[in-house]
Amino acid sequence: MEIPYTVTARPDTGVFNAKLGIWLFLASEVMLFGALFSSYVLLRVGAETWPHGYDLLNVPLATLNTVILISSSVTMVMSWASLMMRNLAKYKRYMGATILLALAFLCVKFFEYGAKFEHHLYPSTNTFYAIYFTLTGLHGLHVVGGIVVNTYFWGPGSKMWRAEPERFTNRVEVAGLYWHFVDLVWIFLFPVLYLL
Amino acid sequence: MGLTHDKTTSPVEVAARAPALHAVDHEMNFWRKYVFSTDHKVIGLWYGFTSLLFLLFGFTLMMLMRWQLAYPGQEFPWKWLNDFLGAERMPDGIMLPEFYNQLGAMHGTIMVFMGIVPLAVGAFGNYVIPLQIGTIDMAFPKINMASYWAYFTGGLTMLVSFFVPGGAANSGWTSYAPLSVIATMGQTMWLVGMVFLITSSLLGSINFIVTIIQLRAKGLTFMRLPFFVWAQFVTSFLLLLAFPPLEAAGVMQLMDRLAGTSFFLPSGLVVSGVPAQVSGGGSPLLWQHLFWFLAHPEVYVLILPAMGIVAEVIANNTRKPLWGYKSMVYSVIFLGFMSFIVWAHHMFLTGMGTAISAFFQTTTMIISIPSVIILSALFISLWGGSIRFTTPMLFALAFLPMFGIGGLTGLPLGLAPPDIHLHDTYYVIGHFHYVVAPGTIFALFAGIYYWYPKVTGRKLNDALGKLHFWTSFIFINGVFMPMFIQGLAGMSRRLYDGGAQYAHAQGVFHLNEFMSISAWCLGLAQIPFIINFFWSIKKGKKAPDNAWEATTLEWAATTSPPLAHGNFAVVPEVHRGPYEYSVPGHAKGYVPQNDHAEE
Repeated sequence: MEIPYTVTARPDTGVFNAKLGIWLFLASEVMLFGALFSSYVLLRVGAETWPHGYDLLNVPLATLNTVILISSSVTMVMSWASLMMRNLAKYKRYMGATILLALAFLCVKFFEYGAKFEHHLYPSTNTFYAIYFTLTGLHGLHVVGGIVVNTYFWGPGSKMWRAEPERFTNRVEVAGLYWHFVDLVWIFLFPVLYLL
Repeated sequence: MGLTHDKTTSPVEVAARAPALHAVDHEMNFWRKYVFSTDHKVIGLWYGFTSLLFLLFGFTLMMLMRWQLAYPGQEFPWKWLNDFLGAERMPDGIMLPEFYNQLGAMHGTIMVFMGIVPLAVGAFGNYVIPLQIGTIDMAFPKINMASYWAYFTGGLTMLVSFFVPGGAANSGWTSYAPLSVIATMGQTMWLVGMVFLITSSLLGSINFIVTIIQLRAKGLTFMRLPFFVWAQFVTSFLLLLAFPPLEAAGVMQLMDRLAGTSFFLPSGLVVSGVPAQVSGGGSPLLWQHLFWFLAHPEVYVLILPAMGIVAEVIANNTRKPLWGYKSMVYSVIFLGFMSFIVWAHHMFLTGMGTAISAFFQTTTMIISIPSVIILSALFISLWGGSIRFTTPMLFALAFLPMFGIGGLTGLPLGLAPPDIHLHDTYYVIGHFHYVVAPGTIFALFAGIYYWYPKVTGRKLNDALGKLHFWTSFIFINGVFMPMFIQGLAGMSRRLYDGGAQYAHAQGVFHLNEFMSISAWCLGLAQIPFIINFFWSIKKGKKAPDNAWEATTLEWAATTSPPLAHGNFAVVPEVHRGPYEYSVPGHAKGYVPQNDHAEE
């Protein structure tokens, strides 16, 4: 016997197992980042003085990163849409672009962190930098996780396409939902840390 | 109606299909089948064994502490144990305060996160849920296996932390900052261990929710689910949504400890008379908020699966349907929701302000309503039943008043004025131990006695079981009842000498000796259980597939269902609610859920 609804949706719930699973996982991620954002609010309102992000952080670089990450979300959707249209070659191009954009994001982040360390600005400098490094660091880890998963589906994981195309398409859809969430967290991080 | 589909499984059918199912088993090697298994039953059993060992270990830590409380500063009589623990913990057999603090912190951590939750959710949930909803496995078997091994790694990290310089974590199971931030290396191990345990419960809870929503058998609507499944369902949501904030807090505390940040360190912090070299600007209260945002729902993670088990056992042993099944279901959902907005009633003493206190007092009073509904429904379920006083039923019956005492003594703690007097006393220890020890742990014992025949095909010995029950019941009250007396007298908790120096504790301090002796006897009372547990695997009285003449689906599966996705000989289909006992006009006295006759 096989576990039911791994590929097709259960009629009365309308979803397949992994799709429900990833939504639940994202709910827990909302709580994780929600707790960190709440801590940011609490620390900021409790502080006597709090700097403006645009005075201390590099807004143009972060804007570039925002553009990069939103673009990667678009290519991610296109890669899934290509699979829905039964075009593996196109899928590979779009998925490859998604991975490259994600790497570009990390590259920019690397230079941003490096510039801070050069000026001896560390998490221990003050609470603003502490929450900045913690939030962006944790988000960066999520980006790395996304790259690992997407690279697997771009390379060895795509062998599943030949035998079970529906199941593979589902997998890419689920990875896409995760990737959009990572994008969404940055959409919150950018104004909160850099612009306010 | 699918006449060809299923009938109540007869032993003949099982026998006929068994060879085919077992053939699958033989293809797997030993490691894949029993150790790195993805089968929910094997994972459930691993969870069970591991968590029972942790419960025993956590209990042992407490028995050591009880020596120091009963006879503060006196030499411990067992020389071999003193030698084993060494001079950095017990020089000349006298316990050091630092070691006492480690024992206290780790007793709480181990009992809650590595004992009760993995047993109640990981073991019972894993083994029973797929059987009760009539499916072959969890929705994500590999993630299920990962969940167990993350738990195992987290537990191992906690155990190893006893041997690092400075010993294990010693800032209480709550790890309040700033004390925990300046503590020794054991605290870092604690945080790393917690990250593993949180990951484990995250993977487990996603799996449980998806399994219950997606893999229910045909005809098993939500209102036909056994109450145990409902309880686990709500519990999983609590684990899913309440643990991540603690993970965030854990990451921040790790940053404080390792990267020198000051999330939880206020400006002007002075440690041992020396100003701390930190940037400051953090908030110790922030840790408490994040911690209790997890830890209050966690209380319901501890109690809801226990209520689920008790509901199953009571319905089965009173031979009548649960009274108010629907009210219980709605109550458990409401309870789950409310548990997210009561956390700060643990913090009335922190001076967070009367307006906030008033809000959390109100929500706390509201959350007591659904708990009372569930408990009342279980009590009323006994009315007019022809009760079978089996061992699982004795534990389930004891759960009701014990949880009742635990819950009712919680009311004064939920209101700020009495809480200010009681909060840092033994009264609080008595209160939550009544909920968790003679409450939850008794329910877990009921579950072990109840489902043991499903796993092994044999019942646990009844005489040993009753010996285990009565001795445990008497001694556990001997441990915890005097705590209320001590606490009302104002005796502080968490003190190394048990409060011997305080004038107001003098009148009640002598109770410590009685409580400690009760605790050690409670330890001895577990011996019949341990013997019974192993002896009955081979020598217990043989039980049929449906050992207790029960109605829920797990009893329609074969005994010790075959591994590798083969729980049921025929795919079950559900035609009725979970507790159709003593249905008028039925000769048999009970109608299983998958019985399609006379719908």
